[in-house]
Amino acid sequence: MLWAVLSIFVLAAVAPFIARVTKQATGWVLGLLPLAVFAYFAQQIGPVADGTPIRQVHAWVPSLDLTLSFYLDGLSLLFALLVTGIGTLIVVYAGGYMHGHDQYGRFFSQLLLFMGAMLGLVVADNIIAFFIFFELTSFASYLLIGFYHTDEDNRQAARKALVVTGGGGLALLAGLLLLQQVTGTMEFSEMLALGDTVRAHPYYTGIFVLVILGAFTKSAQFPFHFWLPAAMAGPTPVSAYLHSATMVKAGVFLLARLSPVLGGTDLWLYTLVSFGAFTMVLSAWLGLRYTDLKQILAYTTVMVLGLLTMLLGVGTSAAVKAAMVFILVHALYKGALFMMAGSVDHETGTRDVLELGGLRSEMPYTMAGGLLAALSMAGLPPLFGFIGKEVTYEAALGAGPIGIVVLVASVLANAALLAGALVVGIKPFFGGEGSFTRHPHEAPVSMWLGPGILATLGLAFGLVPSLVDQTILQAATGAVLQSPYEFYLALWHGINAPLIASLVTFAIGFALYVQWARVQPSGFMQALDGFFGRRPAAAFERGLFEMARLSQWTTRRVQDGTFRHYLLTVLSTFVVLVGSSLLLQTNIQWPTEVLGVRYYEAALAGIIVLAALVAVRTHERFIAILALSIGGYAIALLYLLFGAPDLAMTQFTIETLSIIILVIVLLNLPGISGQVSLASRVRDAVVATGVGAIITTIALTVLSTPLDRYVSDYLASRSYTEARGHNIVNVILVDFRALDTMGEIGVLAMAALGVYVLMRMMRQNRDTPEASIESDDKVLTEAEETA
Amino acid sequence: MDLLLILPLAIPLGTAVLTLLLRSVPGVQRLTSVLGAVALLGASGTLLWRVATDGIRAAQMGGWPAPFGITLVADPLSAGLLGMTAFVAVAVAVYALAGMDEARQRFGFHPLFHLLLMGVNGAFITGDMFNLYVWFEVLLIASFVLLVLGNERRQLDGAVKYVGINLVSSIIFLAAVGLLYGHTGTLNMADASGRIAELRGSGVEATLATLFIMAFGIKAALFPLFFWLPAAYHTPPAPVAAVFAGLLTKVGIYSLIRVFSLLFPDPTGYTRTVLLVIAAGTMVVGVMGAMVQRNVHRLLAFLVISAMGYILMGLGFFTTLGLVGAVFYILQDVPVKTTLFLIGGMMERDTGTARLGEMGGLYQYRPVLAAAFMVPAFSLAGFPPFPGFWGKLTLVQAGLEAEQFTIVAVALIVGLFTLLVVAQIWSRAFWRPATEDDVQASGSTSQRWALNGPIVALAVVLLAIGLYAQPLYGLAEQAAANLVDTQAYVDAVLGPSAGA
Repeated sequence: MLWAVLSIFVLAAVAPFIARVTKQATGWVLGLLPLAVFAYFAQQIGPVADGTPIRQVHAWVPSLDLTLSFYLDGLSLLFALLVTGIGTLIVVYAGGYMHGHDQYGRFFSQLLLFMGAMLGLVVADNIIAFFIFFELTSFASYLLIGFYHTDEDNRQAARKALVVTGGGGLALLAGLLLLQQVTGTMEFSEMLALGDTVRAHPYYTGIFVLVILGAFTKSAQFPFHFWLPAAMAGPTPVSAYLHSATMVKAGVFLLARLSPVLGGTDLWLYTLVSFGAFTMVLSAWLGLRYTDLKQILAYTTVMVLGLLTMLLGVGTSAAVKAAMVFILVHALYKGALFMMAGSVDHETGTRDVLELGGLRSEMPYTMAGGLLAALSMAGLPPLFGFIGKEVTYEAALGAGPIGIVVLVASVLANAALLAGALVVGIKPFFGGEGSFTRHPHEAPVSMWLGPGILATLGLAFGLVPSLVDQTILQAATGAVLQSPYEFYLALWHGINAPLIASLVTFAIGFALYVQWARVQPSGFMQALDGFFGRRPAAAFERGLFEMARLSQWTTRRVQDGTFRHYLLTVLSTFVVLVGSSLLLQTNIQWPTEVLGVRYYEAALAGIIVLAALVAVRTHERFIAILALSIGGYAIALLYLLFGAPDLAMTQFTIETLSIIILVIVLLNLPGISGQVSLASRVRDAVVATGVGAIITTIALTVLSTPLDRYVSDYLASRSYTEARGHNIVNVILVDFRALDTMGEIGVLAMAALGVYVLMRMMRQNRDTPEASIESDDKVLTEAEETA
Repeated sequence: MDLLLILPLAIPLGTAVLTLLLRSVPGVQRLTSVLGAVALLGASGTLLWRVATDGIRAAQMGGWPAPFGITLVADPLSAGLLGMTAFVAVAVAVYALAGMDEARQRFGFHPLFHLLLMGVNGAFITGDMFNLYVWFEVLLIASFVLLVLGNERRQLDGAVKYVGINLVSSIIFLAAVGLLYGHTGTLNMADASGRIAELRGSGVEATLATLFIMAFGIKAALFPLFFWLPAAYHTPPAPVAAVFAGLLTKVGIYSLIRVFSLLFPDPTGYTRTVLLVIAAGTMVVGVMGAMVQRNVHRLLAFLVISAMGYILMGLGFFTTLGLVGAVFYILQDVPVKTTLFLIGGMMERDTGTARLGEMGGLYQYRPVLAAAFMVPAFSLAGFPPFPGFWGKLTLVQAGLEAEQFTIVAVALIVGLFTLLVVAQIWSRAFWRPATEDDVQASGSTSQRWALNGPIVALAVVLLAIGLYAQPLYGLAEQAAANLVDTQAYVDAVLGPSAGA
């Protein structure tokens, strides 16, 4: 399985190069690999259906307990077959559909990237590996939705899908990691037996909510459903593959995979059934509002996802069976219909059913496939879709107290689905000639082959359900239920409750179809679409906009371009942070009496304080500099008095040099102008005093503990005997700590270089205009920027 | 004396001196600069390999036994960072050949670049508190001169803010060193880690810890001390910004991790809360700032801040797994940030503007650049299979294990908004249509190679790390183990008998 997954990724990497050679045959050539992988998985049906899941483990990041492990049971095999089987047809189809696009090669690259990710997702056993593939599908979907990237709307749609599914992915990550903590394993296959442990754990609710968020966003459940219709901005092969047959089912797959672990609780039942049923009914009816083929199909996809969520929520054997059957039913007809819609669009230049009509003679093969698929979607016998609907009703009837809700919701949704199916399958081909911009003719074989095969399978599985029921569907159902479950599917079960429900569905559905021209533009549908179709999308965009506005507001205040404010914030943080740490301290020995202070020491201290005050108060730069220097000299004198002549000499030199340089530089600047308000002066004074007080306290704590002199004693004893130097300070500088000195020499050298560079380049740059922008350390609004 | 430990300092120093002397022969100067970076990669790579296989190495400068002289120490964390530094140094040195204008190259870019590398390496490798301070000074002055190199007024504005706030950090750092020395009598970090035991739980310990948080927090651009970074990082040319973004803040956060591991391995709940609050604030303020920037370089600068929050979060958990996450995140973030800023430079170069609103067409006309952008950008957003994902994954795992649910939620939401920011750049600069004339390739063929080569090489390595994270992850695990149990570090510095 490793090679099955990896080979598709490799093909994705080299696809643009292959496309350059194979040109219009690219679809056929690239389709060979998915076909081979499909064949590989098809061979596994036998062993897996016998009840022995296949597990393969490969080391990946052992430090993280991350293995590239694969688990092939009925559920993952069903999905793997869909991913590779439909994938093959889509690649072939895309070869015709995308032909002539200037990013033909890149398209296949991205499509195959998705295929590899999706295949990895369904067969992964390790939760981290699963998550990686999960995110990769979002990533590939982002690229593919935005494939026609020159249009702003398409870019928006791509971003919407990325953020919604990416956000859900983050919740899922947290959920999976918590699940790992609770179960102690990273493998799905080992978690499956630990459901009781998880359900009894206090984290259960948290895990459930996080996982559900991941599944609902990916599978477009209300209120996250809005991204999926928007995702129709992608090329039609993408809509057919990602946004109906495979990726959007990843959420459903996740629910199915984890239902033995998380399912069976009231929380699970009511959450999934209510959200699923609501999504199902809502989107089935919303689909009738639209006239764009792809939009109708997109909403009916959401409807099916709601149905599957609801069935998994019910969780009975019959319901799980219905879910598995419906996954296959839906993948077959929806893949075919999207491809048909793409072919029609490709040949006529429009997808609007109001503009389409009468294509039956021009596009016979496309019509045959499309119509057959539409009938399956409508749930009419003898197609597989009819069976899917029957088992759904059967599951609803056996769902206990909530059964009646499930049944009514299913009938309502299926009726709308039937009407939608007929709109999609009949309107383009029958009736009067549509209004086209170009003359339609039959699509190339690569484009009607895929829908034809899928639609034919829909018919074949309906007539001979034994092709699938005892093998793959049964194995899939058993995998979700975690116990073997045998069933047969058949078209005719005699006259029973599901059949009656079907007849009711037909009646409502046909009525809706007949009245569709009136229903579609009606006020009720407009209101429904406005409130549930457009409102959530608008709310999402609004949320992003408000978030951006909040960020703008915050950032403009925080990073306001004013150096004073920056310093003030940094120093205030210092006062608060260090000050509060000091308050924890109980063992500072404050000097209780001032002993041994001589009058000249006190005088020097007075001078320092006075100098600082003058420096703060004055409005003349010159006086401020002078005052600072006086303070500096006084400090140097203090050094001298306390027996550090080296230090004092250094300080004198530095003070002298700084005063000269500062005077030269600053005298050219204007005086300190501008009145600062009293409030801000008080604020500054408080912060400054705070900083001073803290530094003083720190100094006092050092003084209150005797210094351990073992290092300085060592240096003193060795500086002559071993380092051969009489002056210990010199020996420290050039021997004991010579590396420090080397660094400081580097600092000086660079400072000199800096001065040189500044002066030389100043002459060169004087004339360039962009060099004269004073500061751009501000956040500008759009208006300010254009101004 | 262990020569391997000295080479990461000696090679950049020698290269700096040579490039300064050779400034009148530009061709030879540039060749020397690149060769110096390659030699550094060789030395640092060997050191990393030896440390990873044989364990921690230490060298006593001047032959004076610790704690009396200065000790250089390479543990897996230091060696890993040295290796990453040298790796991006080679890429930047090559990129600078074409990405740096003639005047700046002639007026000292090369020597300053290598002295900056020496400062970075020194900070990563020193085992002495005051020596660390010296390397911070080297870094500060080197980066300051690199910032003003070119002497544009907006550069000066950024540089003044940069140096002003960083000097506050220096003062606080010095106060912290003084306090540490006053209470322990030593500057050697390993020695201090044994002697500080008497201060456990006292107010002095808490004060010292917060002083270091302040000093290194400013360097690491943590909330609310980060102002200098967005003020300065968008002003210099791409190679300078790239090396700043890749390395400077890392030195700050590295020091914080080092100091906490050796001196405050088990801080009070108060300090932990402070760290986590700062971490959350840093993540949030960074991504919020990034969301509203219209200049691509400034946007990237805010994303640098956001990433620092993730690393600090890993430290703030004070668990082994948290440190593994933090170390892995730092190690991969060095090339990620460097690559992004180099790409930012290319985006401006080819579209002729730094404003996202005016860019476009890069996906169509620069497919290689577009593919290379995807790797570090989505890595930053924590998207698999890029390296940032592994860091985020481990940090989230550590947070959940430590039951710090709030900050985990913050980290995940910030990740989502980072994704949004990345998608915005992609949508505006890459996807938006433009005519072929809007995307102009400037420079000769060899110059284009010098610009694109390093970007592609960095992106390929990043992708390789993402796909096969084991080597780097193993290193991060080793590093974290040595940070949690510091005995090996102390033994390497002071000899096996000490501290026992």
